[in-house]
Amino acid sequence: MTFSLLIAQLINGLQTGSVYALVALGYSMVYGIIKLLNFAHGDIIMVGAYMVYYAIASFALPPIVAVILAVGVSTLLGVTVEKVAYTPLRSAPRLSLLITAIGVSFLLENGAQLVFGADQKSMDPMVTGSISMGGISVSYAAIVTIVVSVIAMVVLTIVVNRTKIGKAMRAVSEDMGAAQLMGISLNRTISMTFAIGSALAGIGSVLYLCAYPQASPTMGSMLGIKAFVAAVLGGIGSIPGAMIGGFVIGVLEALVAAAGFSMWKDAAVFLILIIVLVFKPTGILGKKIQEKV
Amino acid sequence: MRKTRISTPIRYLINTALIVVLWVLLTVVISASGLKGEYYRGIMITIGINIILATSLNIVCGYLGQLPLGHAGFMAVGAYSGAIFMKSTPAAALLRAGNSAAVIPYLIIAVVIAAVVAGLFGLLIGIPALRLKGDYLAIITLGFGEIIRVVLTNIDSVLGFKVTYGASGLARIPKFTNFNVMYVFTVLILFLIHVFMKSRHGRAVLSIRDNEIASESVGINTTFYKTLAFVFSAMLAGVAGCLYAGYLGSLYPSTFKFMKSIEILVMVVLGGMGSMLGSIISAVVLTALPELLRSFSDYRMVVYSLALVLMMLFRPKGLMGTYDFSMGDTLERIIDRIRFGGKSRKEVQG
Amino acid sequence: MSNVLKCEHLRVVFGGLAAVSDFNIEVNENEIAGLIGPNGAGKTTVFNLLTGVYVPTSGVITLCDKDLAGMSTIARSHAGIARTFQNIRLFKDMSVLDNVTNSFNTKMKYSVLEAMLRLPRYWKEEKEARKKALDLLHVFNMEDLAYENAGNLPYGSQRRLEIIRALATNPKLLLLDEPAAGMNPAETENLMETIGKIRDRFHIAILLIEHDMSLVMGICERITVLNFGQVIAQGTPEQIQKDPVVIEAYLGKQRD
Repeated sequence: MTFSLLIAQLINGLQTGSVYALVALGYSMVYGIIKLLNFAHGDIIMVGAYMVYYAIASFALPPIVAVILAVGVSTLLGVTVEKVAYTPLRSAPRLSLLITAIGVSFLLENGAQLVFGADQKSMDPMVTGSISMGGISVSYAAIVTIVVSVIAMVVLTIVVNRTKIGKAMRAVSEDMGAAQLMGISLNRTISMTFAIGSALAGIGSVLYLCAYPQASPTMGSMLGIKAFVAAVLGGIGSIPGAMIGGFVIGVLEALVAAAGFSMWKDAAVFLILIIVLVFKPTGILGKKIQEKV
Repeated sequence: MRKTRISTPIRYLINTALIVVLWVLLTVVISASGLKGEYYRGIMITIGINIILATSLNIVCGYLGQLPLGHAGFMAVGAYSGAIFMKSTPAAALLRAGNSAAVIPYLIIAVVIAAVVAGLFGLLIGIPALRLKGDYLAIITLGFGEIIRVVLTNIDSVLGFKVTYGASGLARIPKFTNFNVMYVFTVLILFLIHVFMKSRHGRAVLSIRDNEIASESVGINTTFYKTLAFVFSAMLAGVAGCLYAGYLGSLYPSTFKFMKSIEILVMVVLGGMGSMLGSIISAVVLTALPELLRSFSDYRMVVYSLALVLMMLFRPKGLMGTYDFSMGDTLERIIDRIRFGGKSRKEVQG
Repeated sequence: MSNVLKCEHLRVVFGGLAAVSDFNIEVNENEIAGLIGPNGAGKTTVFNLLTGVYVPTSGVITLCDKDLAGMSTIARSHAGIARTFQNIRLFKDMSVLDNVTNSFNTKMKYSVLEAMLRLPRYWKEEKEARKKALDLLHVFNMEDLAYENAGNLPYGSQRRLEIIRALATNPKLLLLDEPAAGMNPAETENLMETIGKIRDRFHIAILLIEHDMSLVMGICERITVLNFGQVIAQGTPEQIQKDPVVIEAYLGKQRD
C-alpha cells in the first residue's frame, strides 16, 4: 500500500469516524444521565436520513431545508420516544428499560419498513467534487463532514460546560436524587439530554448521507451499534471519550478495509469492543462505579 | 399449605402419561389432516425448535436475570457443527433408503457435538461477558453473535476450502429432524431445564438473580453459577440449531442475524422472564399465529416490537410473571378442593 | 473463652479520606458485641471490611486465629462469617424454604449430572437440606411460612428470615447490620429474644450494629463506639452509658 493511499484511507476513516462520534455522543449522554443503552438512538438517524431523502429527492427542497428538517424531526422523535417509552419506566428495573429500548428500536425499523418500503432509497450525492492536496485527493464531502462534526462537538462541549442546562445535566448524571433536591427539574433535564443527543444524530444522518447517499430501514441498526461501541471504547458517559472512540472506530474500519479485509470490518469492531470490555471495562476515559452495600 | 401430597414417582408417572397422550394427540391430528398434515407437521417442528430456543434463553434471561443478545450466535454454531458432521456421515443415503432408525445414532452424536461446540463458545464468551452486567453484557453478547455471523460468511475464503459455503449457504444437509425426533428432544430439554432448576444449582442461579451480593454473603460462588447457567443455555441453543439444520436441510448465515436473537427474546419477555410455561406458551403462539394468519406476516415484526414495548410499560412481568406450572402441584390443589370443598387454603391449614 | 473475631489496627482509606482508622475489636464465642456510633461513623464500612467487600488499607482481621487477608466474600462465608444487611437483601422471588436451603449449597456435594439424572445422592442431600432448613425455621417459629414467597413476608419476618439464612451457613461469627431498623417496640422485643436464643443455641459470636439503644444496652455484653471512623470508647453497657466522650459524640458538647 502506498503512503498516499494510506492517507486517503485515514481521511475516509476520519469521515466515517466523525459520524460515529456524533452518534456516540448521543449514546454517551443518555447513558450518563439515565444509565440506559438507548438502542433506538441508531434508528433515529435512519428516520433523519429518510427526511433528507424525501426533502431532496422527492420534493427538491434546498439542502439547508433538508438539514433543518432532518435535525428537527430527529429531535422531536428522540424526545417523544423518551416521553412515551422511557419516562414511565424511570423507577423500573434496568432490564425492563433496556428491553423497552430494544423494542422501540425494532418498532422504528419495522415501522419504517412499512411506511417507506423495505428497499434502499438512493439519491444523488449532496456534496460532490474533491480537492487535491499534495497528490492526495480529498473529497469535499469528507472535509464538510469532519469540519461540521468538529464544530458540533465544540458547541456541545461549551453547552455542557458553560450553560445552565449543561450544568443541570452534569448534576443529574452525578446524583439524580441530590440534583432534584437542589431544584433541578429532572424531566426537563432528561428531555433536554435526549433532544441534544437526537439533534446530533440528525446532523449525523445528514453527514452519513454525504458519504453513502442512500437510506434503508435497517441502516441505523449497525451504525447505532458501532457508535455505541465507540462510546464504550471511549468511556461511556464521557463526552471527549465518545469523540475519541468514534474516530478510533472509523479509522480502524478504514484500515481493516485497506488491508483487504473489508468483509471482516464488523467483526473487527466487535472484537475491539470485547477486548476493551474485558481489559478496561470503563473505556479510555471512563470512571469506575462501585455498588453500595 | 396443601394437605394432599402426591409422591414423586407418581408425579413422574402422571407427567409421562400426559406427554404420551399429547404425542398421540398431535400424531392423530397430523395423520387425520390429509394433505394439510404435512403443513401442520412443519409448524409443529418449528414450534419445537422455538420452544427450545425460548426456554434455553429463559435460563439466562429469566432465571439468572441477565440480558444476552447473542442467542442466535449459539444456535448458529450448533446448527453448523451438527450439519457439517451429519454431512460427513452416511445419514443422507440411509434416509433416502427410508431407514430412519439407522440414522438415530448419528443424530444423537450430531446433537451432542452441537451442544458441546455451542457450550464451548458459551464458555469462551461467558467468562469475559459475565464479569460485566446489564447493558455491557447485552452489547458484548450482541457483538459475539455478529462475529459468529461474519465468520460463518467469510471463513471459507480464509481457509481456502469449503466448510460453511459462506453466504451461498450450506445445502444438502440430511433432513434428520422429523416430528418424533423433535418431540422427544423438546420434552427431553424441558425436563433437563426443570431438573436443573430444581436442584442446588438452580437455586443458586435464582438467588443470584434476586440478589447477587446476598448470594455471595451465603457463600454462593456467583461466577461459577453464572457461567454454568450461561453455558447450559448456549448448549441447548446449539441443540435447537442442530435440529433446525436437520429440519430445513440448508443453512444461511443471514438466518442468524441479530434479529433472530431479538425474536427469541420477545418470546421470553412476553411469556414472562423466569417462567418456563410462559416461554412455551409464547413460543407456540408466536410461531403458530403468523402461520395461521398469513396476511399478518408483513406486520409480524412491527407487532412483536410494539408488544415488547407495551408489555414493558403495562405488564413488565410478562404473561406469566415468574409462575411455573407443575402438574403435580395443580393436581394436589384440585384434590384439596374436592376433599375440603370450597374452603380457603387458610382454613384448611388451620 | 477463645476469641472468634479479632481486628487489629484496621484502617481503610477512600479517596484520601480514612473511613475507618485504627479499629481494634475482639469478639468471643458466646458473646454478643455491639457496634454503635452516629450516622456515617463507619459502622457498615467495618462490616464490609470484615466480609471482604472492601479491602483494608492496613491492619489484620483474624477469625479463630486464621488471617483473612486476601479472602473474597465467598471464601469468608465458607470460613464462617455470615451477615445480614441494613437494607434487607432477601431472595424475594424464592420461597422461604429455598432462601434457607440455598445457604447449604456448598455443603451439598451432588454434581450437575447427578442432579439431572436424579441419582440417589441428589435425593438424599435434598431431603437432608429440606429437613435441616425446616428445623431451623421451626426454631424461629417460621415453618408455617416455608412455602411462601420471601418477598411477601411482613417486614419483621423478612428481617428474621435474613438472620436464619445467615445462620444456615453455620457461621462462627454472625454480623447483624441494624437488625431492629424499622421495627416497632414489640417487634424489637421479639428480636432481642431471637438474638439471645441464637447465642444460647448456636454458641456463636455475634457482632451487631444498632441505633436502638434499648436493644444494644439490653443484650450486648460489650460495646464499641465509633465516631468519624475512630473508636472513641469500648466497654460494658454501663461504662458506655456513663462515658462523657460518648455522650458528647451523640449529644454534642455541653456548654458550661
